[in-house]
Amino acid sequence: MPPFLAHLMNTGLGPFYDGLAHLFVTPEDLLPVLALALLSGLRGPRFGRTSLFILPLAWLAGSVAGRLFGPHWAWPVVSAALTIVLGALVAADRPLPLSAVAGLAIALGLWNGSWNGIELARARAGTFGNGLGVACAIFAVVAIASALVASLRTPWTRIAVRVAGSWIAAAALFMLGWSLRPA
Amino acid sequence: MSAQSRRAVSARAGLLLLVAWLLSPVAAFAHTRGGEASGFLAGLSHPVSGLDHVLAMIAVGLWGAQLGAPAVWLLPVTFPMVMAFGGTLGLLGVKIPGIEIGIALSAIGLGAAVLFEARPKLGIAAVLVGFFAIFHGHAHGTELPAGANGVLYSIGFVIATGLLHATGIGIGLIHRWPAGRTVLRWAGAVVALAGLAFLWRALT
Repeated sequence: MPPFLAHLMNTGLGPFYDGLAHLFVTPEDLLPVLALALLSGLRGPRFGRTSLFILPLAWLAGSVAGRLFGPHWAWPVVSAALTIVLGALVAADRPLPLSAVAGLAIALGLWNGSWNGIELARARAGTFGNGLGVACAIFAVVAIASALVASLRTPWTRIAVRVAGSWIAAAALFMLGWSLRPA
Repeated sequence: MSAQSRRAVSARAGLLLLVAWLLSPVAAFAHTRGGEASGFLAGLSHPVSGLDHVLAMIAVGLWGAQLGAPAVWLLPVTFPMVMAFGGTLGLLGVKIPGIEIGIALSAIGLGAAVLFEARPKLGIAAVLVGFFAIFHGHAHGTELPAGANGVLYSIGFVIATGLLHATGIGIGLIHRWPAGRTVLRWAGAVVALAGLAFLWRALT
Protein backbone atom coordinates (compact mmCIF):
# COMPACT_ATOMS: atom_id res chain seq x y z
CA MET A 1 0.00 0.00 0.00
CA PRO A 2 1.51 3.37 -0.95
CA PRO A 3 2.42 5.42 2.13
CA PHE A 4 1.07 8.61 0.56
CA LEU A 5 -2.68 8.72 0.35
CA ALA A 6 -4.78 11.68 1.31
CA HIS A 7 -6.82 11.07 4.46
CA LEU A 8 -10.49 11.48 3.69
CA MET A 9 -12.31 12.84 6.68
CA ASN A 10 -15.92 12.17 7.52
CA THR A 11 -16.91 14.60 10.23
CA GLY A 12 -20.63 14.22 9.51
CA LEU A 13 -20.87 17.99 9.11
CA GLY A 14 -20.54 18.15 5.33
CA PRO A 15 -17.72 18.52 2.78
CA PHE A 16 -16.50 21.93 4.00
CA TYR A 17 -15.85 20.70 7.55
CA ASP A 18 -14.44 17.42 6.22
CA GLY A 19 -11.91 19.48 4.28
CA LEU A 20 -11.24 21.75 7.26
CA ALA A 21 -10.40 18.74 9.46
CA HIS A 22 -8.45 16.96 6.72
CA LEU A 23 -5.31 19.08 7.06
CA PHE A 24 -4.92 18.39 10.77
CA VAL A 25 -5.03 14.60 10.42
CA THR A 26 -2.82 14.44 7.34
CA PRO A 27 0.82 15.04 8.31
CA GLU A 28 1.87 14.61 4.66
CA ASP A 29 0.00 17.85 3.96
CA LEU A 30 0.44 19.63 7.27
CA LEU A 31 4.26 19.34 7.39
CA PRO A 32 4.99 21.14 4.09
CA VAL A 33 2.33 23.79 4.84
CA LEU A 34 3.97 24.41 8.19
CA ALA A 35 7.42 24.51 6.58
CA LEU A 36 6.29 27.08 4.03
CA ALA A 37 4.68 29.16 6.80
CA LEU A 38 7.91 29.06 8.84
CA LEU A 39 9.97 29.98 5.77
CA SER A 40 7.69 32.89 4.92
CA GLY A 41 7.72 34.07 8.53
CA LEU A 42 11.51 33.98 8.68
CA ARG A 43 11.75 36.08 5.53
CA GLY A 44 9.31 38.72 6.83
CA PRO A 45 5.68 39.93 6.68
CA ARG A 46 5.73 40.55 2.89
CA PHE A 47 6.60 36.91 2.26
CA GLY A 48 4.03 35.79 4.83
CA ARG A 49 1.27 37.79 3.13
CA THR A 50 2.23 36.32 -0.27
CA SER A 51 2.10 32.70 0.95
CA LEU A 52 -1.08 33.41 2.89
CA PHE A 53 -3.05 33.99 -0.32
CA ILE A 54 -1.13 32.05 -2.95
CA LEU A 55 -0.92 28.69 -1.16
CA PRO A 56 -4.64 28.19 -0.40
CA LEU A 57 -5.62 29.33 -3.90
CA ALA A 58 -3.07 27.05 -5.56
CA TRP A 59 -4.23 24.18 -3.33
CA LEU A 60 -7.85 24.74 -4.32
CA ALA A 61 -6.87 24.89 -8.01
CA GLY A 62 -4.82 21.71 -7.55
CA SER A 63 -7.80 19.93 -5.94
CA VAL A 64 -10.00 20.73 -8.91
CA ALA A 65 -7.25 19.80 -11.39
CA GLY A 66 -6.56 16.56 -9.51
CA ARG A 67 -10.22 15.69 -9.61
CA LEU A 68 -10.34 16.25 -13.37
CA PHE A 69 -6.95 14.95 -14.56
CA GLY A 70 -5.21 13.54 -11.47
CA PRO A 71 -4.33 9.88 -11.86
CA HIS A 72 -2.26 10.57 -14.97
CA TRP A 73 0.30 12.79 -13.31
CA ALA A 74 0.25 11.99 -9.62
CA TRP A 75 3.67 11.16 -8.18
CA PRO A 76 3.99 11.05 -4.36
CA VAL A 77 7.78 11.32 -4.30
CA VAL A 78 7.53 14.94 -5.46
CA SER A 79 5.47 15.81 -2.38
CA ALA A 80 8.18 14.45 -0.06
CA ALA A 81 10.89 16.18 -2.11
CA LEU A 82 9.08 19.52 -1.83
CA THR A 83 8.84 19.07 1.94
CA ILE A 84 12.57 18.32 2.13
CA VAL A 85 13.38 21.47 0.13
CA LEU A 86 11.10 23.64 2.28
CA GLY A 87 12.46 22.21 5.56
CA ALA A 88 16.05 22.62 4.38
CA LEU A 89 15.39 26.25 3.35
CA VAL A 90 13.97 26.95 6.83
CA ALA A 91 17.04 25.34 8.42
CA ALA A 92 19.40 27.31 6.15
CA ASP A 93 17.62 30.67 6.79
CA ARG A 94 19.25 32.31 3.77
CA PRO A 95 17.81 35.31 1.85
CA LEU A 96 15.42 34.30 -0.94
CA PRO A 97 13.61 36.31 -3.59
CA LEU A 98 9.88 36.68 -3.11
CA SER A 99 9.30 34.97 -6.46
CA ALA A 100 11.07 31.82 -5.21
CA VAL A 101 8.82 31.54 -2.15
CA ALA A 102 5.75 32.27 -4.29
CA GLY A 103 6.88 29.61 -6.77
CA LEU A 104 7.31 27.06 -3.99
CA ALA A 105 3.84 27.93 -2.65
CA ILE A 106 2.30 27.43 -6.10
CA ALA A 107 4.16 24.14 -6.66
CA LEU A 108 3.20 22.81 -3.23
CA GLY A 109 -0.42 23.90 -3.55
CA LEU A 110 -0.88 22.45 -7.01
CA TRP A 111 0.88 19.19 -6.24
CA ASN A 112 -0.53 18.29 -2.84
CA GLY A 113 -3.89 19.79 -3.77
CA SER A 114 -4.05 17.50 -6.79
CA TRP A 115 -3.52 14.53 -4.50
CA ASN A 116 -6.49 15.66 -2.44
CA GLY A 117 -8.51 15.97 -5.64
CA ILE A 118 -7.54 12.47 -6.77
CA GLU A 119 -8.61 10.95 -3.46
CA LEU A 120 -11.86 12.92 -3.52
CA ALA A 121 -12.54 11.65 -7.03
CA ARG A 122 -11.93 8.07 -5.89
CA ALA A 123 -14.28 8.55 -2.94
CA ARG A 124 -16.84 10.39 -5.10
CA ALA A 125 -16.87 13.21 -2.52
CA GLY A 126 -17.65 16.88 -3.24
CA THR A 127 -14.44 18.54 -4.45
CA PHE A 128 -15.21 22.23 -4.16
CA GLY A 129 -16.65 22.23 -0.64
CA ASN A 130 -13.93 19.91 0.58
CA GLY A 131 -11.19 21.89 -1.20
CA LEU A 132 -12.53 25.13 0.20
CA GLY A 133 -12.37 23.65 3.71
CA VAL A 134 -8.76 22.58 3.19
CA ALA A 135 -7.90 26.01 1.75
CA CYS A 136 -9.40 27.75 4.80
CA ALA A 137 -7.46 25.48 7.16
CA ILE A 138 -4.25 26.25 5.24
CA PHE A 139 -5.02 29.98 5.38
CA ALA A 140 -5.39 29.76 9.17
CA VAL A 141 -2.20 27.71 9.68
CA VAL A 142 -0.11 29.97 7.44
CA ALA A 143 -1.54 33.12 9.03
CA ILE A 144 -0.83 32.00 12.59
CA ALA A 145 2.55 30.32 12.02
CA SER A 146 4.08 32.92 9.69
CA ALA A 147 2.87 35.85 11.83
CA LEU A 148 4.27 34.20 14.95
CA VAL A 149 7.65 33.61 13.31
CA ALA A 150 7.76 37.08 11.73
CA SER A 151 7.28 38.60 15.19
CA LEU A 152 10.26 36.77 16.69
CA ARG A 153 13.12 39.09 17.59
CA THR A 154 15.53 37.24 19.87
CA PRO A 155 18.21 35.18 18.07
CA TRP A 156 17.50 31.91 19.91
CA THR A 157 13.86 31.89 18.82
CA ARG A 158 14.93 32.10 15.17
CA ILE A 159 17.34 29.23 15.84
CA ALA A 160 14.45 27.20 17.30
CA VAL A 161 12.50 27.79 14.08
CA ARG A 162 15.50 26.67 12.02
CA VAL A 163 15.83 23.53 14.14
CA ALA A 164 12.11 22.85 13.54
CA GLY A 165 12.81 23.22 9.80
CA SER A 166 15.60 20.66 9.99
CA TRP A 167 13.28 18.25 11.81
CA ILE A 168 10.66 18.70 9.07
CA ALA A 169 13.31 18.03 6.41
CA ALA A 170 14.51 14.95 8.29
CA ALA A 171 10.97 13.58 8.69
CA ALA A 172 10.36 14.24 4.98
CA LEU A 173 13.53 12.36 4.07
CA PHE A 174 12.09 9.36 5.89
CA MET A 175 8.79 9.96 4.04
CA LEU A 176 10.73 9.80 0.79
CA GLY A 177 12.26 6.51 1.86
CA TRP A 178 8.83 5.13 2.76
CA SER A 179 7.39 6.20 -0.59
CA LEU A 180 10.26 4.54 -2.49
CA ARG A 181 10.47 1.48 -0.23
CA PRO A 182 10.37 -1.75 -2.23
CA ALA A 183 7.19 -3.74 -1.54
CA MET B 1 -2.22 41.28 30.34
CA SER B 2 1.32 42.29 29.33
CA ALA B 3 2.76 41.43 25.93
CA GLN B 4 5.20 39.03 27.58
CA SER B 5 2.51 37.06 29.43
CA ARG B 6 0.35 37.03 26.28
CA ARG B 7 3.26 35.50 24.37
CA ALA B 8 3.79 32.93 27.15
CA VAL B 9 0.09 31.98 27.12
CA SER B 10 0.01 31.64 23.32
CA ALA B 11 3.22 29.59 23.35
CA ARG B 12 1.70 27.26 25.99
CA ALA B 13 -1.52 26.97 24.00
CA GLY B 14 0.46 26.19 20.86
CA LEU B 15 2.42 23.49 22.64
CA LEU B 16 -0.78 21.94 24.04
CA LEU B 17 -2.33 21.92 20.55
CA LEU B 18 0.78 20.27 19.12
CA VAL B 19 0.78 17.56 21.82
CA ALA B 20 -2.97 16.99 21.35
CA TRP B 21 -2.50 16.68 17.59
CA LEU B 22 0.42 14.27 17.89
CA LEU B 23 -1.38 12.05 20.38
CA SER B 24 -4.77 12.15 18.65
CA PRO B 25 -6.02 8.71 17.59
CA VAL B 26 -5.85 9.25 13.85
CA ALA B 27 -6.87 5.65 13.19
CA ALA B 28 -10.25 6.37 14.74
CA PHE B 29 -11.18 8.78 11.94
CA ALA B 30 -12.73 7.60 8.72
CA HIS B 31 -10.01 7.49 6.10
CA THR B 32 -8.58 5.10 3.62
CA ARG B 33 -5.50 3.69 5.27
CA GLY B 34 -4.41 1.56 8.26
CA GLY B 35 -1.36 1.29 10.51
CA GLU B 36 -1.44 4.74 12.12
CA ALA B 37 -1.98 3.42 15.63
CA SER B 38 1.58 2.12 15.75
CA GLY B 39 3.02 5.19 13.98
CA PHE B 40 3.93 8.16 16.15
CA LEU B 41 4.53 6.41 19.48
CA ALA B 42 6.51 3.62 17.82
CA GLY B 43 8.70 6.24 16.15
CA LEU B 44 9.07 8.17 19.38
CA SER B 45 10.17 5.10 21.33
CA HIS B 46 12.47 3.60 18.69
CA PRO B 47 15.58 5.80 19.20
CA VAL B 48 15.48 5.25 22.97
CA SER B 49 15.20 1.48 22.60
CA GLY B 50 18.95 0.96 22.26
CA LEU B 51 21.62 2.24 24.64
CA ASP B 52 24.13 2.59 21.79
CA HIS B 53 21.86 5.05 19.98
CA VAL B 54 20.94 6.92 23.15
CA LEU B 55 24.54 7.46 24.27
CA ALA B 56 25.72 8.62 20.83
CA MET B 57 22.84 11.08 20.43
CA ILE B 58 23.32 12.51 23.92
CA ALA B 59 27.07 12.77 23.24
CA VAL B 60 26.31 14.94 20.18
CA GLY B 61 24.50 17.36 22.50
CA LEU B 62 27.30 17.23 25.08
CA TRP B 63 29.94 17.98 22.46
CA GLY B 64 27.86 20.78 21.00
CA ALA B 65 27.51 22.33 24.46
CA GLN B 66 31.28 22.13 24.96
CA LEU B 67 31.94 23.78 21.58
CA GLY B 68 29.37 26.54 22.14
CA ALA B 69 27.53 28.53 19.46
CA PRO B 70 27.01 27.85 16.60
CA ALA B 71 28.03 24.18 17.02
CA VAL B 72 25.60 23.79 19.92
CA TRP B 73 22.69 23.89 17.48
CA LEU B 74 24.43 23.10 14.20
CA LEU B 75 25.53 19.60 15.27
CA PRO B 76 22.03 18.60 16.51
CA VAL B 77 20.61 19.91 13.23
CA THR B 78 23.13 17.94 11.17
CA PHE B 79 22.62 14.63 12.96
CA PRO B 80 18.85 14.11 12.37
CA MET B 81 19.04 15.25 8.74
CA VAL B 82 21.91 12.93 7.82
CA MET B 83 20.44 10.19 9.99
CA ALA B 84 17.23 10.46 7.97
CA PHE B 85 19.31 10.11 4.81
CA GLY B 86 20.88 6.94 6.25
CA GLY B 87 17.40 5.74 7.23
CA THR B 88 16.22 6.27 3.66
CA LEU B 89 19.13 4.17 2.40
CA GLY B 90 18.09 1.47 4.88
CA LEU B 91 14.47 1.67 3.76
CA LEU B 92 15.52 1.34 0.14
CA GLY B 93 17.53 -1.78 0.97
CA VAL B 94 20.94 -0.22 0.21
CA LYS B 95 23.53 -2.34 2.01
CA ILE B 96 26.17 -0.63 4.16
CA PRO B 97 28.69 -3.04 5.69
CA GLY B 98 29.67 -2.86 9.36
CA ILE B 99 26.68 -0.89 10.62
CA GLU B 100 27.01 -2.13 14.22
CA ILE B 101 30.74 -1.41 14.16
CA GLY B 102 30.03 2.09 12.86
CA ILE B 103 27.53 2.71 15.66
CA ALA B 104 30.05 1.51 18.25
CA LEU B 105 32.74 3.72 16.71
CA SER B 106 30.36 6.68 16.87
CA ALA B 107 30.05 6.25 20.64
CA ILE B 108 33.83 5.91 20.95
CA GLY B 109 34.53 8.90 18.69
CA LEU B 110 31.92 11.24 20.14
CA GLY B 111 32.76 10.14 23.72
CA ALA B 112 36.46 10.80 23.05
CA ALA B 113 35.63 14.21 21.56
CA VAL B 114 33.81 15.13 24.79
CA LEU B 115 36.53 13.57 26.96
CA PHE B 116 39.33 15.55 25.31
CA GLU B 117 37.18 18.63 24.59
CA ALA B 118 38.22 18.34 20.95
CA ARG B 119 37.78 21.62 19.06
CA PRO B 120 38.04 20.92 15.33
CA LYS B 121 36.77 23.39 12.73
CA LEU B 122 32.97 23.57 12.66
CA GLY B 123 32.77 21.94 9.23
CA ILE B 124 34.92 19.01 10.32
CA ALA B 125 32.82 18.49 13.46
CA ALA B 126 29.63 18.56 11.38
CA VAL B 127 31.04 16.09 8.83
CA LEU B 128 32.15 13.75 11.64
CA VAL B 129 28.72 13.87 13.31
CA GLY B 130 27.01 13.42 9.93
CA PHE B 131 29.22 10.45 9.09
CA PHE B 132 28.26 8.68 12.32
CA ALA B 133 24.60 9.61 11.84
CA ILE B 134 24.44 7.55 8.63
CA PHE B 135 25.10 4.34 10.59
CA HIS B 136 22.42 5.13 13.17
CA GLY B 137 19.90 6.08 10.49
CA HIS B 138 20.59 3.03 8.38
CA ALA B 139 20.14 0.72 11.37
CA HIS B 140 16.80 2.34 12.16
CA GLY B 141 15.71 2.30 8.52
CA THR B 142 16.23 -1.44 8.23
CA GLU B 143 14.56 -2.12 11.59
CA LEU B 144 11.32 -0.25 10.91
CA PRO B 145 8.31 -2.32 11.93
CA ALA B 146 6.02 -3.54 9.20
CA GLY B 147 2.64 -1.81 9.07
CA ALA B 148 3.70 1.32 10.94
CA ASN B 149 2.54 4.59 9.45
CA GLY B 150 5.59 6.03 7.74
CA VAL B 151 4.90 9.70 8.18
CA LEU B 152 3.83 9.68 11.83
CA TYR B 153 6.58 7.18 12.61
CA SER B 154 9.14 9.49 10.98
CA ILE B 155 7.90 12.53 12.91
CA GLY B 156 8.07 10.63 16.21
CA PHE B 157 11.49 9.30 15.38
CA VAL B 158 12.96 12.69 14.49
CA ILE B 159 11.43 14.38 17.55
CA ALA B 160 12.86 11.69 19.85
CA THR B 161 16.29 12.11 18.27
CA GLY B 162 16.10 15.88 18.67
CA LEU B 163 15.02 15.54 22.29
CA LEU B 164 17.98 13.25 23.01
CA HIS B 165 20.29 15.91 21.58
CA ALA B 166 18.50 18.52 23.68
CA THR B 167 19.05 16.34 26.75
CA GLY B 168 22.76 16.27 25.94
CA ILE B 169 22.81 20.05 25.50
CA GLY B 170 20.92 20.46 28.79
CA ILE B 171 23.43 18.31 30.65
CA GLY B 172 26.25 20.08 28.80
CA LEU B 173 25.24 23.43 30.30
CA ILE B 174 27.29 22.47 33.36
CA HIS B 175 30.28 23.23 31.15
CA ARG B 176 30.18 26.85 32.33
CA TRP B 177 31.48 25.81 35.79
CA PRO B 178 35.01 24.39 36.29
CA ALA B 179 33.69 21.35 38.22
CA GLY B 180 31.04 20.83 35.58
CA ARG B 181 33.70 20.82 32.89
CA THR B 182 35.44 17.93 34.64
CA VAL B 183 32.17 16.03 35.13
CA LEU B 184 31.39 16.50 31.44
CA ARG B 185 34.74 15.07 30.42
CA TRP B 186 34.14 12.06 32.66
CA ALA B 187 30.75 11.64 31.01
CA GLY B 188 32.57 11.57 27.67
CA ALA B 189 34.86 8.87 29.04
CA VAL B 190 31.83 6.79 30.07
CA VAL B 191 30.33 7.12 26.56
CA ALA B 192 33.65 6.12 24.95
CA LEU B 193 34.02 3.11 27.27
CA ALA B 194 30.46 2.03 26.50
CA GLY B 195 31.37 2.38 22.82
CA LEU B 196 34.29 0.00 23.35
CA ALA B 197 31.87 -2.50 24.90
CA PHE B 198 29.53 -2.10 21.90
CA LEU B 199 32.51 -2.64 19.58
CA TRP B 200 33.50 -5.78 21.44
CA ARG B 201 29.94 -7.07 21.12
CA ALA B 202 29.84 -6.23 17.41
CA LEU B 203 33.12 -8.00 16.71
CA THR B 204 32.47 -11.17 18.72
